[in-house]
Amino acid sequence: MQVYVCVKHVPDTAANIVVVGGNEFDESVKSVVNPYDEYAIEEAVQIVKQAGGEVVIITIGKEAAITTIRSALALGADRAIFVKTDAQFLDSSLTSKILKKAIEQDGSPDLIFMGKQSVDSEGMQTHYRLAAAFDMPVATEISDFTLGDGKAVVAREIDGGIKEVSEITIPCVIGTTKGLNEPRYPKLPDILKAKKKEVKNIDISEFGEDLNSGKNELVSLELIPDRGAAKIIEGSAQEMAKQLVTILKQDERVL
Amino acid sequence: MSKIGVLIEMSENVVKDANFGIITAARAQGNNEVFAFTINGEAADCKDAVEKYGVEKVVDLSADGADLKTSPDAFAQAIADGINHFEIESLLGISSTVGRDILARIAVIQDASLVLDCIDVDLSAATATKSHFSGKTFAKIKLNGQFKIYGIRPNVIEAQTDACQAEIVAFQSSVKDSGKLKVVELKKSDSDVVDLTEANIIITGGRPMESEDNFGILKACSELLGGAVGASRAAVDAGFAPHHMQVGQTGKTVSPKLYIGCGISGSVQHFAGMKTSKIIVAINTDKDAPILGKCDYGLIGDLFEVVPALTAVLKETQI
Repeated sequence: MQVYVCVKHVPDTAANIVVVGGNEFDESVKSVVNPYDEYAIEEAVQIVKQAGGEVVIITIGKEAAITTIRSALALGADRAIFVKTDAQFLDSSLTSKILKKAIEQDGSPDLIFMGKQSVDSEGMQTHYRLAAAFDMPVATEISDFTLGDGKAVVAREIDGGIKEVSEITIPCVIGTTKGLNEPRYPKLPDILKAKKKEVKNIDISEFGEDLNSGKNELVSLELIPDRGAAKIIEGSAQEMAKQLVTILKQDERVL
Repeated sequence: MSKIGVLIEMSENVVKDANFGIITAARAQGNNEVFAFTINGEAADCKDAVEKYGVEKVVDLSADGADLKTSPDAFAQAIADGINHFEIESLLGISSTVGRDILARIAVIQDASLVLDCIDVDLSAATATKSHFSGKTFAKIKLNGQFKIYGIRPNVIEAQTDACQAEIVAFQSSVKDSGKLKVVELKKSDSDVVDLTEANIIITGGRPMESEDNFGILKACSELLGGAVGASRAAVDAGFAPHHMQVGQTGKTVSPKLYIGCGISGSVQHFAGMKTSKIIVAINTDKDAPILGKCDYGLIGDLFEVVPALTAVLKETQI
């Protein structure tokens, strides 16, 4: 099994985001492996452990993304491809075109995993575009994956608490989410071993894509102010409940 | 006047309420002609509901060569064929699990620009506003190209009635199912579940709920409110509630008009899933809980006393 895992280097979800120049952010915050990609890496590593083959990480990002690549390698992947760019945001159609070219020149994928979304730009569509580029089927928000012969059985939770079970032929692209597995915590020997694993560096310009040809353009980025402190309602449980219902009905008109 | 399509989501032959705000967005104060897209004979059930909001054409899509219900790719292709046939300029839909999936599949078929989880759209300027960085920032995105697709977060656009007479128009797609992806089973959960993302009122429990059984007090309250019950990640991880009830970063993103958090500390990840609620109320024993620094109303007390008291008051006032 030749398994590729697309991994994004993103600010930690707890990081304080500062907007710079209207449509960029200050990158001097703690950045990590995109949390949903951790499920993708873990699943790939488990599959290859069972079925044989190799897990290749592929990341498009700025120089600093090497820390995320090393983390992904410490989680059990075999080697990595690092496509370097100076752009802070790369639209998903461009991302998928570049991912396709980079994967294609490396090998022939049986499975491609990635998180169902990144937690920075939250686009939720790169896997669809990548699958289309490869003419592969795609399923996302997958929380259950069982590899069969030439196909896999996958499941996801859809609205109303319903679990939707599907069969998908291989090769395919899978978007992963919580519930699929328990991503491991790397141990010190894994971290040390990861430093010696192969990382192939490619400059994004080598793929000859026009980086201004994206479908989506980020016009502006604006901090969403938090609400101020709550108006505190005090008293006995009953008094508070009464007061709240009155407020919700008369002042806020939400009841 | 532009031709705008809306992908209608039905639940057991009933149009989900979340569609109406999307139709309002598509209609743009009567500036656009709205086409509602439905499949497999749902058009008749759909017509009465959607014409009240200004839909003029209900497209009844069918395909002989594929089962649109079990093949998401064929479903998307059939819609794409309909879009081309009726010369639709933009397509809108609910950014639900199913909606996101179908909209994204249509986007790649059409090689179109797509923004999911929009909280605001401007169709004439072709821009959408959505969250970036787990709800910490708004990003305004320009959609390029001829044809554009917008998936809109449920409940963020208020539905406005705009009654008209809709006409049902049939369209047959020649799509053939590739057979590469097939839905084989839908497993319903044991209990009756009110869909969180659609609910207008949500009451959520955190780790202090202590057990699955204790969620019963939230359920009793939510039934009076006509709402749904949610859970924090801590409560789900502790096994008190199933994952489909989880609100937040790794769970559902919701936007109800009233959100009541019980024993919720208020992490950034939790707020990522409920920050766009209209009114947020917190019930917490700890007056220093972070949630009280960024919500509308705070009740300082034990949820096991306050929630039943709230239920009792609601019962008395019979809303």
